[in-house]
Amino acid sequence: MAEKVNIIIFSGDLDKVLAAFNLALGAAAMEMKVTLFFTFWGLNVIRKDKKVSRTRGIMRKILSLVNRGGVRRLPLSRLNMGGLGRSMMKKLMEDSKIPSLEEMIKMAQKMGVEFVACTTTMGMMGISREDLIPEVGRLAGVATYLGEATEGKINLFI
Amino acid sequence: MKADAILDTLGLYCPMPIVKTAKKIKDLKIGQVLEVISYDEGIKEDMPAWCKRTGNEFLRIEEGEGEYRVYVRKLK
Repeated sequence: MAEKVNIIIFSGDLDKVLAAFNLALGAAAMEMKVTLFFTFWGLNVIRKDKKVSRTRGIMRKILSLVNRGGVRRLPLSRLNMGGLGRSMMKKLMEDSKIPSLEEMIKMAQKMGVEFVACTTTMGMMGISREDLIPEVGRLAGVATYLGEATEGKINLFI
Repeated sequence: MKADAILDTLGLYCPMPIVKTAKKIKDLKIGQVLEVISYDEGIKEDMPAWCKRTGNEFLRIEEGEGEYRVYVRKLK
């Protein structure tokens, strides 16, 4: 049976998420079974690039305005400089023939990497299934992660 | 060394050489040899690790002018 790798993506920072996807693609190439669990700020990675479809309460509405989802909005954890740093990093990646995060997400899905979204954060932030990209295969909670973590040889939190 | 197929990963960084190797090796028959060309020094360690993990045979690596030619035999 294939070795299992589970990565919790808690961060919504572009650089950290890139590291997670590098590992995921490498593991998939090593014929390992990879599951990515997206929670908290990490949900921004798998959110569509638009406003949440329906959300209740003023706090959630404010949050959805200041915390817009979508891969192209993810900031760098350092030197973001209001998005300037991110643009420069993207240019450097392009010049170095490093695939963009959008491309990595597509590749990961083709290679059988599974995407799981955390329902607790979704509920708290007012994010519904239709706000998430189609690559997300399952919505689940901590029991699902823990169940799979016990089967996993490699479990990471990013 | 004679290879049955060549995979050009020049200019690509980790993990793309092994990601492309994993895809390309599917086109080969068992016993055939794949040659992977790369500038990435990491491939010296990564390709043996990939072979060990996936059950393929790491044959050899040739170095020259910052270019690496890695030979892998498909075993399964």
